Amino acid sequence: MISMGETLRVGLQALGRNKMRAALTALGIIIGVAAVICMVAMGEGAQAVVRKQIEGAGTNVLMVMSGSSVGGGMRGGMGSQPTLTWDDLRAMQTELATVRAAAPQARTMSQVVSDTTTWTTTIFGVTPDFFPIRNWAIVRGSPLTASDQAGAAKNLLIGQTVAEKLFGVSADPVGQIVRIRNAPYTVIGVLDKKGQAGMGQDQDDAVFIPISAYSTRVQGGLSKFIPGMIYVSAASSDLIDDAKRDIESLLRTRHRLDLEQENDFSVISMSEMTGTLTSAMSTMTTFVSSIAFVSLLVGGIGVMNIMLVSVTERTREIGIRMAVGAQPGDILAQFLVEALVLAIIGGTIGVLLGYGASALIVARFGGAASVRPEIVLLALGVSGLVGVIFGIYPARKASLLDPIEALRYE
Amino acid sequence: MALVELQQVSRIYRSGDTEFAALDQVDLVIEQGEFVAITGSSGSGKSTLMNIIGCLDRPSSGVYQLNGRDAAKLTRVELAQLRNQTIGFVFQSFNLLPRTAAMDNVELPLIYARIPAAERHRRATEALERVGLGHRRQHLPSQLSGGQQQRVAIARAIVSRPPLILADEPTGNLDTTTSFEIMKLLTELCRKEGITVVLVTHEQDIANFAQRQLVLRDGKIIRDERKPEKLT
Repeated sequence: MISMGETLRVGLQALGRNKMRAALTALGIIIGVAAVICMVAMGEGAQAVVRKQIEGAGTNVLMVMSGSSVGGGMRGGMGSQPTLTWDDLRAMQTELATVRAAAPQARTMSQVVSDTTTWTTTIFGVTPDFFPIRNWAIVRGSPLTASDQAGAAKNLLIGQTVAEKLFGVSADPVGQIVRIRNAPYTVIGVLDKKGQAGMGQDQDDAVFIPISAYSTRVQGGLSKFIPGMIYVSAASSDLIDDAKRDIESLLRTRHRLDLEQENDFSVISMSEMTGTLTSAMSTMTTFVSSIAFVSLLVGGIGVMNIMLVSVTERTREIGIRMAVGAQPGDILAQFLVEALVLAIIGGTIGVLLGYGASALIVARFGGAASVRPEIVLLALGVSGLVGVIFGIYPARKASLLDPIEALRYE
Repeated sequence: MALVELQQVSRIYRSGDTEFAALDQVDLVIEQGEFVAITGSSGSGKSTLMNIIGCLDRPSSGVYQLNGRDAAKLTRVELAQLRNQTIGFVFQSFNLLPRTAAMDNVELPLIYARIPAAERHRRATEALERVGLGHRRQHLPSQLSGGQQQRVAIARAIVSRPPLILADEPTGNLDTTTSFEIMKLLTELCRKEGITVVLVTHEQDIANFAQRQLVLRDGKIIRDERKPEKLT
């Protein structure tokens, strides 16, 4: 066998004789590797965002919802049947030592009208307790009070996005009047910026009114049922499982459920939520990445195709080399190196391109991308492997040529 | 010890049930320094004989010894090494690597002989100068005339200083003047450097350059003549 450096030189020389073809072949690998890098980076980035956002909302937070149960994933129909009553809420607040606070939250989409413009946003009906549970402060004006709730006051807290859309960046919205479904509300405070939620929605694109006002004027009507869900904060983050168990047994007793009956409500902790969402997203990432890997595979088949064509086309060259003393191993190494060089060059450009593309997508659509070094190494390794796997057959074919036949080949 | 020695060498091709002997029990001895021309009509077995002598093919039966080594007992790798060290090939269609400079073509056998780059350049330059193409080292085959391309091929054949040059119709693609120049070069290499030249041709005036002429028919040597040393 001749030296690696010599083989590499001969291989590069051969590729250089057909630059366009080499470039097009490498392109298949470039696209495949770039797709893999990009998809994995986006997927991992998105998962990291979800985790951060959900955990940012508070690790000691539980959500209690009407309707079906949760087991592994969320079941359909959850919340469709109102089963949580105002009395359930009061019982949670007063009877359970593991629960620090509980607050209802109802929501709907509606238009909010200012003097000059309108904006469609999410209207939340909440109680004053809601904000400490969500760890959400106001930066200007004053908070909702118990008397606002008791009197169904037409007072409103405004999220930063809505404030900006309705009143502009610089104006002070406090004291302004807005109309929701023809009822006037006074803006009494502006909430701190909260950013994106796990699923990407803007949490600051919202207004908050007392849930009493919500159920009389916006949606639901007055009834013993809460027109939404309940946020609960456990006494501490260590007690979250205890709180969950306590709430479940309390509600089962209050709803008079037999042993064999399923819960007619669900209690979900933020960590479960994180788990569900990230596992869903990681399934998605795996799925999309495997499509990307298929394109890498197709790129590899492209390499094999070109190498086969190249072996056929250069049959005479192989014959000449054999006649002047090239050993079968030399020929094998030469063609293998050519395939490998194509794959590695393609892989390197693909990594850079994938990195650039994910940065571009992040810049354009937000979110985050994390290009981990092991993914880069993996993609490079895989493209190298693709080069070897798809290069070995043509290379072997070349090395087994009969020199007489090869020399005679036209 | 003879350089080339064939004893009862046959080469049989089978297609289906029929057997065809391209070479039929040939005995042949070629000594170091001889200039041998092999002639014969097409299908007479010339090319098969060349392939066997060139270690590109192996006899079906009989013994072939090149430089004292039994070709039948060598592996593909050993045959490749033997070719590299012992034989320089010159072909009818030159068989230079396309889009590759004359120098790089001439260096090819040295690459497979694992000779370091500096030494390769020196010897390739020497070989190109020997064939009168010292000034065409960086030219591509497409930039050279047929005669020049064949000279590059001869430079490639002698660069590893083999004892034997095998030339298969070396003048087949050249005009008469150029053919004679190439033959003069081969004769010189034989006379001055003691390289054994074995040449296949179907042209009598080319064969006449050789001291010894073999005629093949139906896989057998039917004539083996040495001409008396001419005084020139």
